[in-house]
Amino acid sequence: MLRLSSLSKTYADGTEALRDITLQVPKGEILALVGGSGCGKTTLLRLIAGLDIASAGAITVNGETIKGPHPSIGIVFQEPRLLPWLTVAGNVGFGLAGQSPQESQKRVLYALEKVGLAGFDNRWPRELSGGQQQRVAIARAFVTAPKVLLLDEPFSALDAFTRASLHDHLLLLWSETKPTVVMVTHDVEEAITLADRVVVMRPRPGRMMETISVTLDRPRDRLALGFDKAKRRILHALDRSLQPEKTAPPQKGADNASHWW
Amino acid sequence: MQVEVPMTDTVSNNTPSHSADPADPRRVRVKGSRTFALAGVLLPLVLAILWEGAIRGGFAVGRLMPPPSTIGATLWELAKSGELQLHCLATLGRVLAGFALGALFGTMVGAAAGSLVVVSRLIDPTLQALRAVPSIAWVPLFILWMGIFETSKVVLIAVGVFFPVYLGVAGAIESIDRKLIEVGQVFRLNRWAMVRRVMLPAVLPAWIISLRSGLGLGFMFVVAAEFMGASEGLGFLLVDGQQMGKPAQILAAIITFAVLGKLADGVLVMISRPLLLWQDTSRGPL
Ligand SMILES: Nc1ncnc2c1ncn2[C@@H]1O[C@H](COP(=O)(O)OP(=O)(O)OP(=O)(O)O)[C@@H](O)[C@H]1O
Ligand SMILES: [Mg+2]
Repeated sequence: MLRLSSLSKTYADGTEALRDITLQVPKGEILALVGGSGCGKTTLLRLIAGLDIASAGAITVNGETIKGPHPSIGIVFQEPRLLPWLTVAGNVGFGLAGQSPQESQKRVLYALEKVGLAGFDNRWPRELSGGQQQRVAIARAFVTAPKVLLLDEPFSALDAFTRASLHDHLLLLWSETKPTVVMVTHDVEEAITLADRVVVMRPRPGRMMETISVTLDRPRDRLALGFDKAKRRILHALDRSLQPEKTAPPQKGADNASHWW
Repeated sequence: MQVEVPMTDTVSNNTPSHSADPADPRRVRVKGSRTFALAGVLLPLVLAILWEGAIRGGFAVGRLMPPPSTIGATLWELAKSGELQLHCLATLGRVLAGFALGALFGTMVGAAAGSLVVVSRLIDPTLQALRAVPSIAWVPLFILWMGIFETSKVVLIAVGVFFPVYLGVAGAIESIDRKLIEVGQVFRLNRWAMVRRVMLPAVLPAWIISLRSGLGLGFMFVVAAEFMGASEGLGFLLVDGQQMGKPAQILAAIITFAVLGKLADGVLVMISRPLLLWQDTSRGPL
């Protein structure tokens, strides 16, 4: 169970990126974060990954407080971020330093097979296409069997076709160890295809606005009735998240200002 | 070497052009570089033949600019008497000693300046100012300090090698991609593992380039060093040729310099080659 309680993040320059995020993600759930640009999605993932420190609030995984990078939390960044001086196998096994070479080799080859890259273990990253590189990055995150996996728009740079096949690879890997997954996406259909719950966020400062459960059976069919319904709800929420807020403190401020004058 | 892999890519088998034999482009590249190497020999060869022809045909005298045959003969004489080997060894020894010293200090100081802002703020302005001093300007001072024998020569060469290595290493460390460092952090590498597994490999290409330019400068500085009084070395051959009025000897020494410099660089490239196989830009020996 991943638990975020009253999480806030204000950057050194005063930007309030996140305010009061409280969220519980049960074990094995896939949660999607959607929201306009700059509403703090990446910031939230970086906090959970322990790459940044929260200004207030706490993050716990199975009751353990996260203060820095943690062995049970893995992340796939928006870019593949492969180490160009390591082969594909070297990259996938990067986090397996503690294992015996045989064990590590076995796990690496298995993960590569699962992402459809069997036989690519001796290639250099530069010899792979963008989609193949991203699959290596996913294999690298899965191979250490994290309890929580964070994905920051992992497929956003890819065409729809490649993306759909990566969804399958991802679900296949997920179904084996059932990690808790938190993924950021700009693609509403991607969110519905993969997620159990979709959280719509609102910018400036980043907050949670609405949570929508998706209860469709897997594998999900884009043409099913429920799919379209969920899509409409999310799009509607997204629309509202980008409108100015209803409770209108600025107006009040303006009134006050007129008194001042 | 790269292992040929069967194509088992289940997703993008719609891109046959990418999945073509991966070794192909490399083979083409190597072949291309060989063609260029031959092209590079062409110009000096044609010039040499023209000059030789001009003198044989009586169009030029060639007293101050002897023909290739005379230069060749001089080289042969020097080699036969063992003098050439002696001078080459003396020069190479100085360059190598100075290079080792300069590269060592350049790497250490560069690493310190690149990884610690305090160090960089403290020493970089001074080093930049020293870098602007022409090499020859050090000669009198070094002679006063260390005498006219080997020490001052080696130190002068080391100074020449130091700066490009220092700049290269410091710059490379400063520009390591933060994103790759974060990958190391996610996998909880400790300080030493981060240096060994992320930072060193990231810095390696720039380090080798800086070593190569350092070595090139070492060969320039060795001439300056040998001009300040040496009884052996290619620089001595140059000075001696001038004083004795033997232009063929001067040209023979210049050609030997060119060959030695190129060879030393080639050795450095060859040693570093297996370490840089992963680089996209690796093309045949330059
Ligand atoms: N290192 C930083 N220093 C200061 N402000 C930052 C920093 N990183 C992000 N921000 C600010 O925090 C806010 C949230 O940024 P974040 O990257 O989390 O957004 P996002 O939801 O991931 O956006 P996108 O969908 O465009 O990726 C933005 O206003 C951004 O300008
Ligand atoms: Mg982002």
